[in-house]
Amino acid sequence: MTDYHLNHLKELEAESIYVLREVAAQFENPCLLFSGGKDSIVVLHLALKAFYPASVPFTLLHVDTGHNFQEALDYRDELVKKHGLRLLVASVQEAIDNGSVREEKGFNASRNALQTIPLLEAIEKNKFDCAMGGARRDEEKARAKERFFSHRDEFGQWDPKNQRPELWNIFNGRKHVGEHFRVFPISNWTEMDVWQYIYQEQIEMPSLYFSHKRKVFERDGVWYAASEFIQNKPTEIIEERIVRFRTVGDITCTGAVFSEAATLEDIIQEVAASRTTERGTRADDKRSEAAMEDRKKAGYF
Amino acid sequence: MTNDLMTDEFDSKAYLDMELLRFSTAGSVDDGKSTLIGRLLYDSKSIFQDQMDAIEAASAKRGEEYVNLALLTDGLRAEREQGITIDVAYRYFSTPKRKFIIADTPGHIQYTRNMVTGASTANLAIILVDARKGIIEQTYRHSYIASLLQIPHIIVAINKMDLVNWDEKTFNKIVQEYKAFASKLDIKDVHFIPISALEGDNVVNRSEKLDWYKGPTLLYLLETIHIGSDINHIDARFPVQYVIRPMKNDYHDFRGYAGRIAGGAFRVGDKVKALPSGFSSKIKSIVTMDGDLQEAFAPQSVTITLEDEIDISRGDMIVRENNVPQIEQEFDVMLCWMNEKKLVPRGKYILRHTSRECKCIIKEAKYKLNINTLQRITDDIEIGLNDIARVSIRTTVPLFFDSYRKNRITGSIILVDESTNETVAAGMIV
Ligand SMILES: Nc1nc2c(ncn2[C@@H]2O[C@H](COP(=O)(O)OP(=O)(O)OP(=O)(O)O)[C@@H](O)[C@H]2O)c(=O)[nH]1
Ligand SMILES: [Mg+2]
Repeated sequence: MTDYHLNHLKELEAESIYVLREVAAQFENPCLLFSGGKDSIVVLHLALKAFYPASVPFTLLHVDTGHNFQEALDYRDELVKKHGLRLLVASVQEAIDNGSVREEKGFNASRNALQTIPLLEAIEKNKFDCAMGGARRDEEKARAKERFFSHRDEFGQWDPKNQRPELWNIFNGRKHVGEHFRVFPISNWTEMDVWQYIYQEQIEMPSLYFSHKRKVFERDGVWYAASEFIQNKPTEIIEERIVRFRTVGDITCTGAVFSEAATLEDIIQEVAASRTTERGTRADDKRSEAAMEDRKKAGYF
Repeated sequence: MTNDLMTDEFDSKAYLDMELLRFSTAGSVDDGKSTLIGRLLYDSKSIFQDQMDAIEAASAKRGEEYVNLALLTDGLRAEREQGITIDVAYRYFSTPKRKFIIADTPGHIQYTRNMVTGASTANLAIILVDARKGIIEQTYRHSYIASLLQIPHIIVAINKMDLVNWDEKTFNKIVQEYKAFASKLDIKDVHFIPISALEGDNVVNRSEKLDWYKGPTLLYLLETIHIGSDINHIDARFPVQYVIRPMKNDYHDFRGYAGRIAGGAFRVGDKVKALPSGFSSKIKSIVTMDGDLQEAFAPQSVTITLEDEIDISRGDMIVRENNVPQIEQEFDVMLCWMNEKKLVPRGKYILRHTSRECKCIIKEAKYKLNINTLQRITDDIEIGLNDIARVSIRTTVPLFFDSYRKNRITGSIILVDESTNETVAAGMIV
């Protein structure tokens, strides 16, 4: 008799594919939030599997802060072309220009929190009834509280104290007009699972994740990429270092780590030995104890 | 993840070969569930430096004498303010033996629905008991819910042993009391461990203060409990989630049924039947992006194609020709009611079962349970928040189901309120 046993990565994969198919079945116009980071790359890979041999039945939505790593944009465009996907870009710059959001000022100015409004505007304008994201529960303490299917009211808000019960794998995506859902297919994956999966599936990744030479500077114990988008204090010295990124987001708040990890195997070894979480290098989470919860309540990813 | 339990060179191959155990916590408010999870993560070296720094700072700000490990799971502002858990927090850790998904659930009765949410996908539940208080109503309620949900393994952790002088008699008394109650429940596999979540005794490390206890530590049990037989590998069930019709020239006539196998296995060439139509066919192929399979089994997600053109859509089910589930429009369920709005007798609700959705009517509420005595209440059967009751339901279309005992996926339903769209009840088909 065959051994009917799935290892944990296969089980996680099967669960995520199940969630993606529920989204396709329960919603009329879902989109997939695609940042070019490793988590959204894995969700897209799972979507390719879920609907094979048909095409992915979602639009990709990139909320663009305008402060990008060029490598991430190139990777995104290449991927869209390769799989014949539809990509929509919601621009923070446009939202600033037309006055729906105000640019933060000062040295620690970041457009990360500003993404919420263009995101909600894009959801409303394109009548998306569901936005999927690559957020994982192990990333952050407020994310640890998320359902797979997470209800958002007509203002795009999350109410963490009053979430719908979510029993077994029966997902209730019913909603009133104007409301939408956020769905997180890889909720149960850890950073290690993601890298192991990328390795197992040999998924091509943006070069930012691998060790490379880059001009960086230190601020509050975090090393950032020097760029035209950041105003440096006179005391901040820009130097060239061998670094890589553990997460890829807005260039102004994504910290680099010193690393010689040049292959996926190296990265796995490094993640295994790491003493900090990947978000330990994200300035946006350090603003206050409940920074993520507050952003999420307002409609952030 | 950093882990002293691991050797220097991280072993990728071993990692890929690990089994997954999902477990949840249960027990009354303040019994120490979140502290225990914090302790488990801390002592198994699964906490990162920045997480530790953050909870140390938060504990200091709150004026607490020691680092409050419960803050590792109590992540919401409101939870930290009140020092209680409101909603489930999911945490992850692994040892060289297994990978764990933890659902830390609230003990407060007001949030029972969140406890049920966390427990519904668990293979194992740790039920905490405060050694000073012994077994109380919430212990009964959560144990009953765990048995109703057919969680295969239960560990009763008798906590705060530090506050009862590590006394063996207190432990034994609680064990006896629990066993007497559990004998009335459908619980197969129960273990008892005396612990102190606060100080870490018998969580990951063996306790000297509890030297009279000869059994395993909590982590050892979690790593070694046999979980291979928790899935139904006998009755083949394939609820169709989505029909795949590629609009591509190479796949012009391709029509695949996508879904996650809910029980048993399917092989190419198997004679199958589609429900509700009852038409028979044979499995032509089992398709995945990584290549076709000869055989697929629960809980894999696959796409099945059939030899014959028959009409199948979402909500239908593919089963083996000689092993069909029950097909009925009327059946009984044990309901956990989860909404402030009470159940409306003869009320209409939306019912969801696997990938099927239909309307239903509550035909009759048969009885409601007294949680403390497990007696059936038949005179006052108003069913409100947190009540557990047996009701008969009639659906507008036939459902294809197994009893929940036989299969947790094909035996479970939820009820949704038509006007609010809220999930109001979880049901287990009797
Ligand atoms: N002395 C002692 N105190 C403990 C122990 N375990 C937990 N506590 C304390 O009991 C209190 C409640 O602990 P929590 O872990 O928040 O309890 P909980 O079961 O998660 O509570 P809810 O999630 O709100 O139901 C805290 O003050 C803990 O420090 C223990 O083993 N010994
Ligand atoms: Mg708690």
